[in-house]
Amino acid sequence: MELFVGIVNYLVFFAITAGTYGVLSLGLNLQWGYTGLFNIGVAGFYAVGAYTAALISGPPPDVWDGRLVGGFELPFVIGLLAAAVVAGAVAFLIGLPTLRLRADYLAIATIGIAETIRLVLKNEAWLTNGVWGLQQIPSPLHEPIHHGAIGFVRARPDLAPWLGDLISKAYNWFYLVLVAVVLVVLYLVMRRLARSPWGRVLRAIREDEDVAAMSGKNVFAYKLQALVLGAMIMGIGGALYAHYARFISPNSFEPLYGTFIVWVMLILGGTGNNKGAILGAFTVWGIWAATDFITGYLPFTAPQAAALRIIVIGLLLEVIILVRPQGLLPEIKSRRAARDRPKDTGEAESPPP
Amino acid sequence: MDALARIPQLLVYGIVSGSILSLGGIGVSLTYRILGFSNFAHGDTMALGAYLTLALLPVAARLGIPGGALSPLSFGWDFAASLLLAIAATSLAIALLDRLFFRRLRNANRVTLMISTIGIALALRNLLQFIWGPQPHYYSTAIQRAVLIPRLGIRIKPDQIFIVAIAVALALLLHLFLRYTKMGKAMRATSDNTSLARVTGIDTERVILWTWVIGASLAAIAGVLTGLENKFITPELGWQMLLSIFAAVILGGIGNPYGAIVGGLVVGISEEVSTAFISTGYKPAVAFAILILMLLIRPTGLLGRRR
Repeated sequence: MELFVGIVNYLVFFAITAGTYGVLSLGLNLQWGYTGLFNIGVAGFYAVGAYTAALISGPPPDVWDGRLVGGFELPFVIGLLAAAVVAGAVAFLIGLPTLRLRADYLAIATIGIAETIRLVLKNEAWLTNGVWGLQQIPSPLHEPIHHGAIGFVRARPDLAPWLGDLISKAYNWFYLVLVAVVLVVLYLVMRRLARSPWGRVLRAIREDEDVAAMSGKNVFAYKLQALVLGAMIMGIGGALYAHYARFISPNSFEPLYGTFIVWVMLILGGTGNNKGAILGAFTVWGIWAATDFITGYLPFTAPQAAALRIIVIGLLLEVIILVRPQGLLPEIKSRRAARDRPKDTGEAESPPP
Repeated sequence: MDALARIPQLLVYGIVSGSILSLGGIGVSLTYRILGFSNFAHGDTMALGAYLTLALLPVAARLGIPGGALSPLSFGWDFAASLLLAIAATSLAIALLDRLFFRRLRNANRVTLMISTIGIALALRNLLQFIWGPQPHYYSTAIQRAVLIPRLGIRIKPDQIFIVAIAVALALLLHLFLRYTKMGKAMRATSDNTSLARVTGIDTERVILWTWVIGASLAAIAGVLTGLENKFITPELGWQMLLSIFAAVILGGIGNPYGAIVGGLVVGISEEVSTAFISTGYKPAVAFAILILMLLIRPTGLLGRRR
């Protein structure tokens, strides 16, 4: 029974993390899956969201001996919305110079913004506490739920120990529901958008920008909207992470965890399919957890095991691209659209002057 | 005035690191020009070359090549021989990766290829970490004294002069290759119009192979020179430089190898000189600032062609 409770508790923890990644993956699906925007700086928007939420809802400056300007102890929901707004604003600024150019430029600019954000987080200690990171980020309703559950278990010594174990982890269950609600709401919004005329324009831009422009669509404006909205979703993902982890530092937002794993999730799950984006997040995070388990039994040092796991993720990406580029759940589109889809010849072309 | 007094010295550092960025940039630019996509694994190819040079040192010694530093340089003939072996090995590895992955994606979307290079980059970097660990490895533990150049008031190490000399020599060699050899001409033709080149009887697969070999060779050399300049190498060595390299390539005009040389020097010098005015903590962001500035003002780059 203890083993069972241990597994259940682990699965709840696992689902919270995977669900948070599902949010990031949905955001990337809007940018890359629908619009074809090559954003490889997901970690930057994720980090901005996490730090914004942490500062908006975090403990007041006297916790830090007045060294920091934040936080402001505002409610969770306000922090969540602020995270979306600030991440979106950063995306707006990065989109302006890059979205008129071809994919390579946006890709490089987004790597750049993610790195620059990490440098700001490390260097501007008055705002972010530098490399030491922000602590004591409050989890919403932690006090009543966690303490209520502990109190309940203490008051009922007749409970079986395994049931006590399960109940004392009640807060994780609550947070899982919270993540699930956010994920489902975002999923429904994304599905609605994808089926709207707006979503159709995005897909038209992805397939052929020139044709979309010739149909009188302001391609740049649509791309900017998709980039900003996707980044806002990533910001929300960051806020969810910060409030659960309760501690964030610049190291939490390295490209591997913040960007590349999200890409593998979306590509494995199914580029252009919102269900696929979420399925990919759970599958890849499952693979990631399984490799942790397996490498534990192999005769490697900890850095070797860590490297080996990343090699597996990298090769997984290669295999998906070669064997099943459409992912587990392919994008749903009419047969005719699939047949008529133009192939990119891959020939070099200059960006528009 | 203190900051201004440091500028001549920072210029020297900038030219040295700029030379390395230029070599890295030429490879990125060539692959972009001929294969049509940005290779995000180029930085990690540099790291691969740097590690293979270290690993092949015993092989060079077994071949009977004398060790011991060639004073005033910090390395000897064995190191040079090992670098040559590493160039060959790196080229072979990249050609193999092309065969295994990129070649199967020749007709795929360009962005798919870029994603593929990102996966390779991750795997390559972590393979180095798996074998050699995350800790730094040292090419040489000896401390090299910088030579004071009188009147200019700047200090420079013999290794640094060597780095710049090698970069200049390689840039010249590449120029002659592209300009006068048959393969160089075929490469230029392929980059201008792949289908037309194929119709005129150019073996484009051979051209692509040569592109990878030249790119990988220059990357291996750039990685080793980075190791000489820093005195140590880590698996992250190339990845950390990738943003600067791409900024250099875009600055010079993406797809133009000569532009990459100019761009590399501008980025290298800007990064070093910036430390006189802003916190060194933001040095890696300088390349990003240049990149954004360039995209706003002139996205085709300094030497880019307008079409």
